[in-house]
This record gives sequence, structure tokens and C-alpha cells, in this order.
Amino acid sequence: MKTENQKAWFFVLPVLLLVAFNALIPIMTVVNYSVQETFGDNLFFWEGLGWFEQILRSDRFHAALGRQFLFTFLILIIEVPLGIIIALSMPKKGIWVPVCLVTMALPMLIPWNVVGAMWNIFTLPDIGLLGYFINNTLGIEYNMTRSPVAAWVTIITMDVWHWTSLVVLLSYAGLVSIPDAYYQAAKIDGASPWKVFRYIQLPKMKTVLTIAILLRFMDSFNIYTEPFVLTGGGPGNSTTLLSIDLVKIALGQFDLGPAAAMSLIYFAITLLVSWLFYTLMTKDDAK
Amino acid sequence: MSKRSIIPILYILFLMLPIYWLVAMSFKTTNEILSGFSLFPQTFTLENYKVIFTDPSWYWGYINSIIYVSLNTVISITVALPAAYAFSRYSFLGDKTLFFWLLTNRMAPAAVFALPFFQLYSSVGLFDTHLAVALAHCLFNIPLAVWILEGFMGGVPKELDETAYVDGYSFPRFFVTIFLPTIKAGVGVAAFFCFMFSWVELLLAKTLTAVAAKPIAATMTKTASSAGYELGLLAAAGTLTIIPGAIVIYFVRNYIAKGFALGRV
Repeated sequence: MKTENQKAWFFVLPVLLLVAFNALIPIMTVVNYSVQETFGDNLFFWEGLGWFEQILRSDRFHAALGRQFLFTFLILIIEVPLGIIIALSMPKKGIWVPVCLVTMALPMLIPWNVVGAMWNIFTLPDIGLLGYFINNTLGIEYNMTRSPVAAWVTIITMDVWHWTSLVVLLSYAGLVSIPDAYYQAAKIDGASPWKVFRYIQLPKMKTVLTIAILLRFMDSFNIYTEPFVLTGGGPGNSTTLLSIDLVKIALGQFDLGPAAAMSLIYFAITLLVSWLFYTLMTKDDAK
Repeated sequence: MSKRSIIPILYILFLMLPIYWLVAMSFKTTNEILSGFSLFPQTFTLENYKVIFTDPSWYWGYINSIIYVSLNTVISITVALPAAYAFSRYSFLGDKTLFFWLLTNRMAPAAVFALPFFQLYSSVGLFDTHLAVALAHCLFNIPLAVWILEGFMGGVPKELDETAYVDGYSFPRFFVTIFLPTIKAGVGVAAFFCFMFSWVELLLAKTLTAVAAKPIAATMTKTASSAGYELGLLAAAGTLTIIPGAIVIYFVRNYIAKGFALGRV
């Protein structure tokens, strides 16, 4: 039982002040822009909810949002099962455990634009290892600056490369917390490997998988740097995800009003979906 | 070696290939890279690394990054420790709401904040300082640090605190001499994740700096565009950005998996 103590607020105060400084002031700036029109010279005019209406009705926004959902959907459907499979087949003890953990965590520690640049030189059709292999050894035409399909395959593969390890590490943490006695009991009962997975391992991984899915959702939905460096949103607009489109409007065209309105809609969607995920995945615990 | 270990082996191979390619390229001359495909460097050269270690505009990028990342880690952990203690030990008005609100800050797309951050930090006179980037990264690192530390502290029985008070310890003395050593694994894990997310983030770091505090990752994009296609140099710079992460990960290898597992959602 926790003690009730209102003085605990003093402990939380520094965190509150620092995060509020970083979160509230910028978000108020964005709200402020989203309801105004400017022609430069720091002159602002009241615009009301016009920008929100314009964004919500624009085909460009719908297309970018659609691509964003497709991207995140593909990421989750590939990385989560793959991560679980790899975690299940990892050794539980011995010298190979640290080797696996360190090598697997490595991609997550590389700066995001380096990840993009690295995959760029890896997939160049004439001098990149993967690009050369696919084009010349397999004889399949592969050039992501020309083909939208190739560009999509590349950004998905890059993200799988970059972030599957997060799911692996978390699932693995859940798996090693299962006492041996559980497995022995399952063996005595003659449970099949599938039954062991379904009734012992999966329930034990539930908490960590919830965290993994939530983090993967948030981060893949907000992804910007890696695909931007890799494809620049091209060819055409085929890989222009929501955040890339947002930066184009905000810093490229300097349309502050529409960009601010779009930011708020974007943030609201992320919050809403995260909340849905969270509620759905923790629903059973409440009972 | 069992049959199923083929899966992690294949996966690690897949992870290592692009890294191998980056490292191999960093040892090639630009001529060799552009002249055609070669699996190994034909004329092994350290020229690319020499450029980076002798040109201040390059190596200062690394120093800048390391300064603001360390600064951020220290700030995040220092303020997160008491807050995590409060969340794990006491209930107070609005505690659950506050905890959830903190976590929502991880969901904000950095792209949303780039421009307002620039204006905010310019108006308080911190633009182009290491402190600006360190403070800005607190937005997503403090919530994460509180979350992880709270998980670890929750695993420490309350009796520890009570016994210490009965023995006449003051709160600060108890916290530093007894409590901190008990959760040092948690502090390590939290520091690791703060380091990681601050090290890999570029958008905010780039927006908030111009010259004096410019991170290495931003130096790379600038040089790539101004000097044409110096792939070898780019690859060497990229290779060097992997090393700090690799060192840090080696030290916390036994705790990384635990870090998230103990946090609560």
C-alpha cells in the first residue's frame, strides 16, 4: 500500500517544470499558429478553424496519412512476430547470451541519419552490397530511386533491421523470467510446443509485449529521419510519410498555419491510437 | 548447437551486413568506391579517418555530441530519481494523470516540435548551446527515465525505507547511502536509454544548433552536400558514430533486457 502524502509533489516538481517547459510552451505556440494566417513581417490574422478544415479535407493529407498507416501496419505485423520467434530461439544461458544481446542492440544505437545513409550506400545498384547482389547476381531489376515498390521494400527492410531487436530484447526479458518449474510441469502433462507457447510463454510476455507494441507504434508512426535520408520521400511522393510531408509544409514552404494545424491533428491521432492499443491490451487485467 | 540456433545466427548476420558494408567502405579510397563493386577494400587506406581526426570541423562534431548527450543523461537521471521515488512510494493528488501525461510526451512527433523549439530556445538565449539540446532531449528522456526507475524502485520493499528511518537516517542520507546503491542497476539501465535516445536523435539537435554545438550527425549531412560525393569520408564518420554506443552497450549488456521488463505500463 502506498502512503498518501501530498508533499510528494515537491519530488515531482523538477520533472514537471522541465517537461512542461519543453512540452507546454511549444504546443501552445503550435496552437497559436494553427488558428492564424500570416504574410510575414510578424503580422498575424485570425483564421479560426479554417486550417483544420482545409487539412482534414485535403487529398494530400489523406494520402500521406494512408501511407503512414500502411507503413506502421506493415512494421508491426512483421517486427512483432519476427521478434517473438527470434527471442524464443535465443539461448537462455551461456556465453552466447551477451554476444546475442550486444550485437542485436547495436543497430538501435546508431544515429538515425547514419542509419539512412548506411542503407543508402548498402542498396546503391552499382556499388552497394545489397543493390549489386540483387541486380547482378540475382538478375532482378532493383533501384529504389526509380521504382516505388523497391523504395517501399527498402524502407520496410531498413526499419525491420533497425528496430526488430527492441521486440526481441523485450520478449527475451519476459521469457527469462519464467521459472523452470513451469516447463517441467508442461513436460509432465505432455504439452505440445504450441501449447507451451500459448499458455505459458505468451501470457508471461504480455506486459513486455504491450510495451514493445506501444513503443513500436509510437516510433514508427512518428518516423522521419531514416526514410527522409534514404529516399527523400520519393520516387515521386510514394514514400512521403506524414512527418516528411509535415516538414515539407512547415520548413520547405513555410506555411506555418496549415503545418501547425496538421501537427495537432497528427499528435491527436497518435494519442488516440496509443490509447486504444493500451486499453485493448490491458483490458483483461482490469477484470 | 541446436537446430533452432540457426534463427538468431541468420538474424545477426542480417544485422551485421549493412554495418560491414559501411566499415568496409570507410577503408576504401573514394576512387575505388566510385570505380566499381568490390567486396573487400582493394587498396586499404586510413586516409578517411585521418581527415576526421585532424579537421576540427569534424572532430568537434563528436565532442559536441558527447557533451550534450552526457549533460542530458545527468539532468534526466537527477530530476527523474526523486520523481520516480515519489511515484513508487506515495499516492498524491493527480499522480496517475501526471504519470500518463509524462508518457504522452514520448508520442509527440519531433517534427511537430522543431520550429517552436527553435523559437523557444532562441528567445531564452540558449540557441546553439549544448545546454539547449540537452534540455530539449529531456522532453522524451525524462518520462522514459521516470518510467524505468519507478519500475526498479517498485521492486524494493518498503520495509527498507522504514527500517532506515527507525535507525535515525534522514531522508537525503538514506536516499544516497542506502537506496541508490540498491537500485544501481536501474540507474544504469535508465542512463543507458537516456544516452541512446539522445545520441541517435538528430532533428531537434540540428534545429537547435548552428556552429558552436553542432552534432556530428549534422556535420555529416553538411559535408556530404558541399563536398560532393565523398562516400569514403561519410562512411568513416558513420563508423565512428557507432563506437560510443557499442562501448556503452557492452557495459550494460546484462541489464538491457531487464530495463523495460521491470517498468510498468
